[in-house]
Amino acid sequence: MIGWLQQLGRTGLGVFERLGRGHLFLAQILASLPSLLTRPRLVIVQVHSVGVLSLVIILVSGLFVGMVLGLQGYNTLVDFGAEESLGVVVALSLVRELGPVVAALLFAGRAGSALTAEIGLMKATEQLSGMEMMAVDPIKRVIAPRFLAGFLSMPLLAAIFSAVGVMGGYFVGVGLLGVDSGAYWSQMQDKVDLHEDIYNGVIKSIVFGFVATWIAVFEGHDAVPTAEGVSRATTRTVVHTALAVLALDFVLTALMFGEV
Amino acid sequence: MDRIRAIEVGVGLFVAAGLAALFVLAMQVSNLSAMSNDQGYEVVARFENVGGLKVRSPVSVGGVRVGRVSAIDFDNETFEAVVRMNIGNQYAAFPTDTSARIFTAGLLGEQYIALEPGGAEEVLKAGDQIQLTQSALVLEQIIGQFLFSKASEGSNTGGSDK
Repeated sequence: MIGWLQQLGRTGLGVFERLGRGHLFLAQILASLPSLLTRPRLVIVQVHSVGVLSLVIILVSGLFVGMVLGLQGYNTLVDFGAEESLGVVVALSLVRELGPVVAALLFAGRAGSALTAEIGLMKATEQLSGMEMMAVDPIKRVIAPRFLAGFLSMPLLAAIFSAVGVMGGYFVGVGLLGVDSGAYWSQMQDKVDLHEDIYNGVIKSIVFGFVATWIAVFEGHDAVPTAEGVSRATTRTVVHTALAVLALDFVLTALMFGEV
Repeated sequence: MDRIRAIEVGVGLFVAAGLAALFVLAMQVSNLSAMSNDQGYEVVARFENVGGLKVRSPVSVGGVRVGRVSAIDFDNETFEAVVRMNIGNQYAAFPTDTSARIFTAGLLGEQYIALEPGGAEEVLKAGDQIQLTQSALVLEQIIGQFLFSKASEGSNTGGSDK
């Protein structure tokens, strides 16, 4: 009984310790962000590997998610003779929820895992220690540019996802199923509000980008410096980011749209 | 150096695509813009009540879409809604006594204007006004009228029984 309690206590302390280390690490990153202003090229290279290389998966998934929304929405709405509202269904689902959330999940899988593996491997091969030996701060040189790049890329990726999804819904709804093109756009423009929906979607994607990149760089930096440790850290990045994004999505949605 | 340049170009394209997507979402998806670039001529119709008609709603004849509503204004003197609609140039042979009605597509669907051509010799031109109009059906009004007629029917039969 005592042993079981001790085990529980140890686990709890471990969780809190990691949380604390994560926040201290975040504070260090934020403190070293201003030094990036003098070396923007570091960030640009990272935006390429984090953002540009994620573009293909975001474009393809966005298109297919939009097309599926178009099909499913049409099948439901046609029963009520309200298939003209298809544009509203597609655009609101994408802009409010699916765009930020699915883009963040894909981002965690495509870019977050790569960030963790890269930083973890740098730690395992003692490159980070080597930098410290040469009086180069690895947080300024390695971590901060990656963090900033992910933070900047995520809202852009989510916006691209939503826009492509709306086109996919248009393609299926108007092109294949015969919804009136003007009704698709006019109802969409009538119901989708710039402040209420689009700004809130962008805010969501900014928050998700922040959290996803933070988790990715922290897990990489905190990984046990062995092959197994890096592989575990990569898995943890994807799992924790998915959980954090979905939980935060509920909180943000409740704050933005719900009268809870 | 070429690699750096390729990376920078890639990042530039990515940022531009992201901003363009935001722009599309703001302009095309949301209610920020309601511009129409349809080529055609404009005719005006006055309605007592346009119901849920919106700018860019379809204008159709016999179920075929011939144009779109381009503007809905309110006339302060006659207290009527002034609907401007843009009709495609290929449909330029409507008689002047064409009538316009506002219908609903399906039970919950979008409202649209249905034109019914008359028999006059002369043809509607840009800026002309459609004289014969019928307002949108407002469900509450219909239910109200129905209840009213039912009630009066009930009192009538009650009276005749005596």
